[in-house]
Amino acid sequence: MSKLIRGGRVLDPASGLDDMHDLLIEGDKIKDLGPPGTLGKKSASVEVIDADGLWVVPGLIDLHTHLREPGEEYKETILTGSQAAAAGGFTSICCMPNTKPPNDNSAVTDFILRRAAEADLVRVFPVGAISQGQKGEMLAEYAELREAGVVAVSDDGIAVMNSQLMRRALEYAQVFTLPVISHAEDRDLAGDGVMHEGVVSTRLGLREIPSAAEDVMVFRDCCLAELTGGRVHIAHVSSAGAVELVRQFKAKGVQVTAEATPHHFTLTDEALENFDTNLKVNPPIRSSVDLTAIQQGLADGTIDAIATDHAPHSTIEKDVEFDYAAFGMIGLETALPLTLRLVDQGLLSPLKAIEKLTSNPARIIGVDLGRLTPGLPADVTLIDPNREFTVEVKQFRSKSRNSPFQGWELRGKTVTVLRDGKIIFTEKNISG
Amino acid sequence: MQFRKKDLLGIKQLEPEEINLILETAETFKEISTRPIKKVPTLRGRTVVHLFYEPSTRTRTSFEIAAKRLSADTFNISASTSSIVKGETLLDTARNLEAMNPDVIVLRHSAAGAPHLLARYVQASVINAGDGMHEHPTQALLDLLTIKEKKGTISGQTIAIIGDIAHSRVARSNIWALTKMGARVLVAGPTTMIPHDLDKLGVEVFYRPEDVIPEADVIMMLRIQLERQGQMLLPSLREYACIFGLNEEKLSQAKPDVLIMHPGPINRGVEISPAVADGPYSVILDQVNNGVAVRMALLYLLIGGEKDE
Repeated sequence: MSKLIRGGRVLDPASGLDDMHDLLIEGDKIKDLGPPGTLGKKSASVEVIDADGLWVVPGLIDLHTHLREPGEEYKETILTGSQAAAAGGFTSICCMPNTKPPNDNSAVTDFILRRAAEADLVRVFPVGAISQGQKGEMLAEYAELREAGVVAVSDDGIAVMNSQLMRRALEYAQVFTLPVISHAEDRDLAGDGVMHEGVVSTRLGLREIPSAAEDVMVFRDCCLAELTGGRVHIAHVSSAGAVELVRQFKAKGVQVTAEATPHHFTLTDEALENFDTNLKVNPPIRSSVDLTAIQQGLADGTIDAIATDHAPHSTIEKDVEFDYAAFGMIGLETALPLTLRLVDQGLLSPLKAIEKLTSNPARIIGVDLGRLTPGLPADVTLIDPNREFTVEVKQFRSKSRNSPFQGWELRGKTVTVLRDGKIIFTEKNISG
Repeated sequence: MQFRKKDLLGIKQLEPEEINLILETAETFKEISTRPIKKVPTLRGRTVVHLFYEPSTRTRTSFEIAAKRLSADTFNISASTSSIVKGETLLDTARNLEAMNPDVIVLRHSAAGAPHLLARYVQASVINAGDGMHEHPTQALLDLLTIKEKKGTISGQTIAIIGDIAHSRVARSNIWALTKMGARVLVAGPTTMIPHDLDKLGVEVFYRPEDVIPEADVIMMLRIQLERQGQMLLPSLREYACIFGLNEEKLSQAKPDVLIMHPGPINRGVEISPAVADGPYSVILDQVNNGVAVRMALLYLLIGGEKDE
């Protein structure tokens, strides 16, 4: 069975292709790309997908998703998270290990992969824990985790405070070519803070998390990467200082990569004035200075990837006092249009924007995906870049609703998503 | 002018004209509390619920007296004796209260923004009686009334706020209130208790009390919470009292007509010496007295008058 995606603007960051092209899929693989009308004979066995006016890009890859299963299935499951991902244009997602129990052993990894296979939607790449039980004391068994299928290790959500443990993780992970994802937060400095430290926290009387809580740990982990030759990936960069540190260590040739979330490059702490608990995230949404630095870091390549930090919570965790609310917001179904705002603002070219959602994250986790190359799996996303819509959280596929973007007018919508040549999401009729 | 807001969540949301209206209304209500029979029928048949998640003597009693002098029916719910100890959430408590049709819910809560959350879910008017470190608007209003009474005007006065600014909802509400009313605000306290970018709130920031006392028409001392000792914010209460506490020696540099205020409860010998607290410049008990009048005014403006239909 073949599929011909016809008449679209193909954006393939890995090859630099940005042109009107057709794309032919045979079975589960990309077969060929070529100028309009040059591919595929008109045959009844070729299913034609009309991409007129659409972008045709590699399936998006999210480095940072919380699927909550096992343990908190009332917030999200691997199935609902996969549905949300597909609706958001993703064909691959990396799920963080802070489930209950945490993914620190192959039994949990196997379970996640089995559930993902049952869902049969997006690829789910589990991230294993850095430390046993994410307790920050002993290394988890990376050989066993790698064998089971993890693509990286992280104690996301619970920063590794012990510098010696972080050093050993960066050393040991190299044996198994695993990047170490750093949730960079000095937990003593962050204390019981709930928002960014600045004039807004001063006005609101909310306990604060200084940028320094992030900066000192980014510096530490970059130093340790330099010391060990290990590969560190800084998750959800939120501060101007962290952007600058990553820039400097990259310039020195240290193996550091970084991601930023749509909420950190879209919002500032001024938005918290109404105590909306959906804006309570960790790391916190910071000042306009930080926002500008993150946007600049994305533009100049300091920040390699855009990742959602999709963190589902129910009303039980969110319809409470700000101090008591859980950290996190969902993001899989708004990441793409929020990224396209950076294109509208002239900060990123379309190709660069797509790069940060496809080939760059693929490179960071070392998977051969995220590009439109004949012979590779046919993971393809069709986007209508001009479609305007109003965010309506009630229509989200995610099981949770904790998004502060409710009611926002955005542009850019996922139309069709194929994984392994199979349509896993579509909102349009496919013409024959 | 009419007071059109449903709730009183903070001073931040008030216009100077609204603040003046509250103060003028409070002035007219003060007389009621001097009568032999201290009660008027203004709010007869109205229901005021006092929902207190934190301990309070002064504020709760003041609200209750204010409501009763206006003939409203009052009910007190405190965290320790209610379903709150059984784990009921604020919103569930609010929904249940709402089902009993109160006209006003007065909320004291340890979490900033709790009254804002409540106000979004209930029809009743919500009065913030202190939310975490955020605001304590009725305290600021009674402070304004006290300054206005003693000094004749608020605009142009120099007010020094001394102590733990970072953790003080009284300081935050007073900074809003005083700057809106045209006063000059100086703050002083240990650097560990001065929050980030405080100067951007329109105040001048100093560290030592000596730097602000000579210029002040009014000195507001803030309560130091004794548990701050364990939080690396100060080495000892002894050192705090020596450097940042107000005693007669420091007060000797003050203007001859200075007013000393304190929101209470005071720690005698820590942020304020007994001689100063009980001395001739202290208007601490006038503040308490004005608290009743301000709260009567607010209840009247929120649920009295025109909204009666």
